[in-house]
Amino acid sequence: MAAPLTLLLIVAVTIRAALFRSSLAELIAERVEVVSPITAWKRVVEGLALLDLGVSPYSGDVFHETPLIIYMFHFLVDYAEITFMVSLNKNIILKHFVVEFRKQKFALEADRYPMDSLELIRSPKEMYYIPLKVAMFYLLNPFTILSCVAKSTCGLNNAVLALFFLSTIKGNVLLSAIFLCLATYQSIYPITLCAPAMLYFMQRQYIPVNFRRVSFWWFIVQYLFMYLGSLFVLICLSFFLLGSWDYLPSVYGFILSVPDLTPNIGLFWYFFAEMFEHFRLFFLCVFQINVFFYTIPLSIKLKEHPVFLMFMQLAVISIFKSYPTVGDVALYLAFLPVWSHLHRFLRNIFLVSCVLLACSVLFPVLWHLWIYAGSANSNFYYAITLLFNVAQILLVSDYFYAFLRREHHLTNGLYLKRKDGSEATLILK
Amino acid sequence: ILSATVDAAADTQGTSAPETVVPSSVPQPKDDFQEELVIRPLHSGDIYASFQFRTLWDTDFMRENKVSHYRLFPKSLGQVISKFSVRELHISFTQGYWRTMQWGQPFIPSPPGAELWVWFQDSVTDVDATWKELTNVLSGIFCASLNFIDSTNTVQPSASFKPLGIGNVTDHSFLRYATLPREIVCTENLTPWKKLLPCGSKAGLAVLLKSEKLFHSSFHSQAVHIRSVCQDWQCKTTSWELRQTVNSVFDLHNSGQAKREWSLFKMFSRTLTEACPLASSSKLYIDITDNPQQFELSPATSLLSQAVVLGDRRTFSVYDLTQETTFGSVRSLNLLIRWKSNEGEMLRPLLHAERYVAGYGLQTGEIHTLMYNNHPYRSFPVLLLDSVPWYLRLYIHTLSVTSKGKDNKPSYIHYEPSKDRVKPHLLEMLIQLPPNSVTEVTVQFERALLKWTEYPPDPNHGFYVGSSVISSLVPSTVAMDTNSTRERPLFSSFFPCKEESSYFVRIYTEPLLVNLPTPDFSMPYNVICLTCTVVAVGYGSLYNLLTRSFQIEEPNPGLAKRIANVIRKMRGVPPL
Repeated sequence: MAAPLTLLLIVAVTIRAALFRSSLAELIAERVEVVSPITAWKRVVEGLALLDLGVSPYSGDVFHETPLIIYMFHFLVDYAEITFMVSLNKNIILKHFVVEFRKQKFALEADRYPMDSLELIRSPKEMYYIPLKVAMFYLLNPFTILSCVAKSTCGLNNAVLALFFLSTIKGNVLLSAIFLCLATYQSIYPITLCAPAMLYFMQRQYIPVNFRRVSFWWFIVQYLFMYLGSLFVLICLSFFLLGSWDYLPSVYGFILSVPDLTPNIGLFWYFFAEMFEHFRLFFLCVFQINVFFYTIPLSIKLKEHPVFLMFMQLAVISIFKSYPTVGDVALYLAFLPVWSHLHRFLRNIFLVSCVLLACSVLFPVLWHLWIYAGSANSNFYYAITLLFNVAQILLVSDYFYAFLRREHHLTNGLYLKRKDGSEATLILK
Repeated sequence: ILSATVDAAADTQGTSAPETVVPSSVPQPKDDFQEELVIRPLHSGDIYASFQFRTLWDTDFMRENKVSHYRLFPKSLGQVISKFSVRELHISFTQGYWRTMQWGQPFIPSPPGAELWVWFQDSVTDVDATWKELTNVLSGIFCASLNFIDSTNTVQPSASFKPLGIGNVTDHSFLRYATLPREIVCTENLTPWKKLLPCGSKAGLAVLLKSEKLFHSSFHSQAVHIRSVCQDWQCKTTSWELRQTVNSVFDLHNSGQAKREWSLFKMFSRTLTEACPLASSSKLYIDITDNPQQFELSPATSLLSQAVVLGDRRTFSVYDLTQETTFGSVRSLNLLIRWKSNEGEMLRPLLHAERYVAGYGLQTGEIHTLMYNNHPYRSFPVLLLDSVPWYLRLYIHTLSVTSKGKDNKPSYIHYEPSKDRVKPHLLEMLIQLPPNSVTEVTVQFERALLKWTEYPPDPNHGFYVGSSVISSLVPSTVAMDTNSTRERPLFSSFFPCKEESSYFVRIYTEPLLVNLPTPDFSMPYNVICLTCTVVAVGYGSLYNLLTRSFQIEEPNPGLAKRIANVIRKMRGVPPL
């Protein structure tokens, strides 16, 4: 296991190093699909330059990173490439561990199910290669390569999220709260991952998820206390780093109120470029609530399966956040091999993968036609954005369907028969 | 000449005695009006005409009991000064761009479009609100759309635009500078401007200001400058000075001249018949320095005057319009200038600047500003002021200043980053220009996508970026004579500085026209529907999966069977 993983790491690092040194690095760093106003490296350098000039980086509207990032890169700016590669590798190792621990859960479940659905359960032999596949899906994913070469701070966000997953799966409540708080501090949306984390811990500690039980509320209070406490500490630390509260509207106000309409792969930019002024606030609230809105229903439905819930939440955040990039997409795509046992129930996987591939190719083409050639207009790029997001939504809902169906088969048997003995078809009603 | 005093260094007090006629021992009247016109033939064959109308008034607008008896000073401007506690006001409307390399330096520089800069008194508490009201009032007085001046194009320079009048330079928070490069000048702006003059356009030099000729020129600029000046050399009391200036350059080829011959009638379609009766002095100066053999002037005049203006010693023929003899027997003065030969070298201007946008596509670009120092051996510092609108996001870490291929680090950089939809970028730098060199300042920017309502009616025309302002004390040509130590006594020739050693010059670069990416303006409803559809697809799929559960599908019986079942139910018999 270690040898193939090491080989994979070497290949990945080589590819990235080669691209860093080539002239493509500058081109990639400017692509709007790969960097956004929040994560662009050019803006980090600009913020550091403003700090050197004696002007607060938050007095303008170019820099939207958190103060901790400024200070980290203040010292590491010459080693930026190495930093990103290290965070990347950390990502992989963490995911590797995540998957290792998933295996245990499957082993536990094996004896609960009727006989004929045993073929749905994965044997440890099958699961042996999953960590390698996850590592491959992440390291060799062109999206991740582009994101790393562009030195987008999305890679750092992903690393923090991976650390959060690792500490959650390993059962360390405090670390999990701290890493989640760091992830939330960077961009607000990971706050929705509180719910799956809490559900996982409760499952592990055999606390029943029941509103009337004291232990349930007590655990929630504990976790929230740790989470909010570390968040408070981080916010105050940022205040003391720069001496003012300027960063709050610049970072969080920016993420929530979307003033910058630079095109990206998400849905927000063109929508708010063409919005009637009167309705702007209303639709802004609707779109932002849309990201947080699925937490409670998904938690209720998936309370027995917190790891899948984490995957779903991550996907929802990556699709519907205000400034998505391909780095965010790559993060949840990397988890797909963990659910490779769902492949027999997926309905649209061919269509979705074709659409995703086609859109990824068309993004730069239509951007060039709009911005450089002048023969297309913004509608072309917007159309591909829409298509890309529809494909992502289909992918996520397909995996959700497959998961629910597998659960149904696990409890009710795999080969279902109708009343008259013929083969049954399952529908959602 | 009045112009010699304007372009001196900013802290000059009073007027250095020009070598012309007005003696300073005559007690000044309470208010005084002077008018002059300077005509300078340029090497390219064009003619530069510069009108200046100056009203001096020994009054105090700032005291409590309001001034009410206006004579020569226009009442509208007086009320503006007292209501808005203005210390200095400079407003100019320009059509065309001043070509320094072909025409030399203007007496009064101005950028294309409208420019307004104001110093407020220390007593003003809310400068931004006062500025907003002032721009609206001025927009009414001059019939110009100065109401487009708001916080997105106003800056507070920290080092340029020091006051041109007297007074201690205090806080730059009382200074506001704004420019509207897109503003067009037309007759509608000239008419109220002419109304501010004491004689209007009925007598004196202002009769020459006819709009059909003035706006047919290559360059036309009209300006109003208000400031406080000292009354005498001791400067115990001050008086308010109002200068109204018109600078025009008439194009040789544009006016259909076959031979190089200019006359007042050909330039202005009017001749001078009398001076303004309210003027204490009314003069016409023709610049005859460059080529005294190259053209002939008629009617001839014996009055000559010399002055050092813009670092150069020039000789002028003077026509005094207050004297009856100037007009001759026909009672009208129509000057004729006939060119005889074509040689002669124009003195190269020592400081010259250009600006352009580099790059391709609608995503990024680069602003390049080139500054030329044409002095053979002297280097001097220049102050560069750049105000870039917020939708061109400058990246200051890409700023590079190079002279002769090497890095030239500015000694002072003041940078205020922009805030989206609130204020523009402000970049001020003090750069030392090495002798005989080109200095290039480049900075990269990114073009923003705006909301569809923020585009002007013709979005593909582009967005204007105001001119950069380059202010400098340039070593003067008069002082360039290095051989001068021969004739002078040793006690006065040790230090290279002497009087008239350098002069103040302000240069404006070209304004830029930049295209921004545009959304499709016909699609707001479609976009809202389509995006909401995609969000609804997400919502719908997840809603289905969350609220429904799997069931075995029972096939639907055929229509006949269903009807049979209904009948059977009615009969009370079990269904099929």
